[in-house]
Amino acid sequence: MTSRPPDESALHLLRELAPQVLGVVARRHGDFAAAEDAVQEALIAAATQWPTAGIPTNPRGWLYQVAIRRLNDQLRSDLARRRREELVASERGVTEPFVPPPDAELGLEQDDTLVLLFMCCHPALTPPSAIALTLRAVGGLTTAEIANAFLVPEATMAQRISRAKQSIKTSNVPFRMPTETERAERLGAVLHVLYLIFNEGYSSSVGPDLQRTDLSNEATRLTRTVHALSPADQEVVGLLALMLLTDARRAARTGPHGELIPLDEQDRASWSQPLIVEGVALISSALSKGSIGSYQLQAAIAAIHDEAARVEDTDWRQILAFYGLLKRMSDNPMVTLNHAIAAAMVDGPLHGLELLTVLDRDARMKGHYRLDAVRAHLYQMAGDHERAFAHYRAAAERTTSVPERDYLSAKAALVRTRAPLTPVDSLE
Amino acid sequence: MKYMMMMHAPRGSGDWGINNWSPEDFKAHIAFMHNFNKELTDSGVFVQAEGLASPEEAKVVRAAADGAPITDGPFAESKEFLAGYWIIEVDRPERAYELAARVSAAPGHNGVPLNMPVEVRQVMSGPPSKDA
Repeated sequence: MTSRPPDESALHLLRELAPQVLGVVARRHGDFAAAEDAVQEALIAAATQWPTAGIPTNPRGWLYQVAIRRLNDQLRSDLARRRREELVASERGVTEPFVPPPDAELGLEQDDTLVLLFMCCHPALTPPSAIALTLRAVGGLTTAEIANAFLVPEATMAQRISRAKQSIKTSNVPFRMPTETERAERLGAVLHVLYLIFNEGYSSSVGPDLQRTDLSNEATRLTRTVHALSPADQEVVGLLALMLLTDARRAARTGPHGELIPLDEQDRASWSQPLIVEGVALISSALSKGSIGSYQLQAAIAAIHDEAARVEDTDWRQILAFYGLLKRMSDNPMVTLNHAIAAAMVDGPLHGLELLTVLDRDARMKGHYRLDAVRAHLYQMAGDHERAFAHYRAAAERTTSVPERDYLSAKAALVRTRAPLTPVDSLE
Repeated sequence: MKYMMMMHAPRGSGDWGINNWSPEDFKAHIAFMHNFNKELTDSGVFVQAEGLASPEEAKVVRAAADGAPITDGPFAESKEFLAGYWIIEVDRPERAYELAARVSAAPGHNGVPLNMPVEVRQVMSGPPSKDA
């Protein structure tokens, strides 16, 4: 879209302003889908013009004016077309649908970011649709950027976004803050979408690169915004802490060729201390406030890993206790898997393997490489290299991520040729 | 002119299969592919490349009379499978053959070239699609 990328600060400003401007335009216009298209065009115009012309003195007003102009152009051409089609004889001219109000009346002081998030993360949308729409409408990313992040053609992503907006239109989601009772449930959907965006960036499910940091950064930025707008919600704090504490290990997680380096082999000196300090402070304060949710527990576990200066300093007993709580809270096979790893670290690999058997009957885990990968680790810990090899091979053949396949293949080769006992590799 | 290079790989077992590879063999193979892709990009011929997931779950699908999918497979007995492909843009077919031969000789067990079969096909050209 843009021939020359705007510098960081302009880009940051644009993404900050995008949901605020969209909020105002959508409120005034009433048609979220059309408003969203118009704001997207304004953002693209800004991304091309601001780097050369400079950032306008009132950037929000600028974006608003451009968006409204686009909206008017669109309405005018729609009206003209409809008039031609319907052969309306009336000579009445097309009235200006909107007169842009003076800047003071824009109502820009009201931040609609949360309202937009609730709308884009509506349970009526599938996760891929909600993710795409959230990144565009709330994140201020262009369709091209989102398509690039998900490795699909731009036309495909444009279509996905347009269909998502159509679903919102047909399900008549009102443009307003959800009521107090709706809010708790809907906030869960919002956090889940942000979590998925972060994960997609952190451990890409497709393609040759293990990490796509743009998506992780965007998810963290949006979660910070939600936290600023909803500071009392401790699950938001938990999610933000989880992202920071996970992201702190980013640099240590991949080698020079993009290969995966598991937690126990990472150079802990290259973990980001500022992120760890911020994340630990956030999660400590959240946990002290009572009502504990699953993001807080996951953040607490990430904090225990991050605070261990050496891998052997890891407090597995506490991790096991937190996974025990998580297991009671949710019926998620990945939690069972991680609980088994922690149990193996505390009570030995055979105990961990025993806890895994329940997953053989879980349809959600059928053919999932993670189950084989964890079994392989535990058999390796137990000294059963034959079984470890078979499960590493099975896991390597089942994963759809190139770096993970390479890593698991190398592990398989290692247990086949040698017989070293290594601690469990990864919780990720 | 664009060419597609389709790399066929041997199944996991057997004499040249990856079950016998040492960690060093894997490292050398991965580094080879990494460098090969980088060279394609650096020399401006790279268009697209994808690796395909293991054929363990691969199915052949045909439509029934009512349009419903009839699936067949996976075919465990086949000796080779399509592991991935590259699309490159080069000025003559010989260049595509050279590159295909290079990737065919990717190192396997003990660094011995695998000499995998790589099918080279020209990609047809046509009017640009409306989205292009």
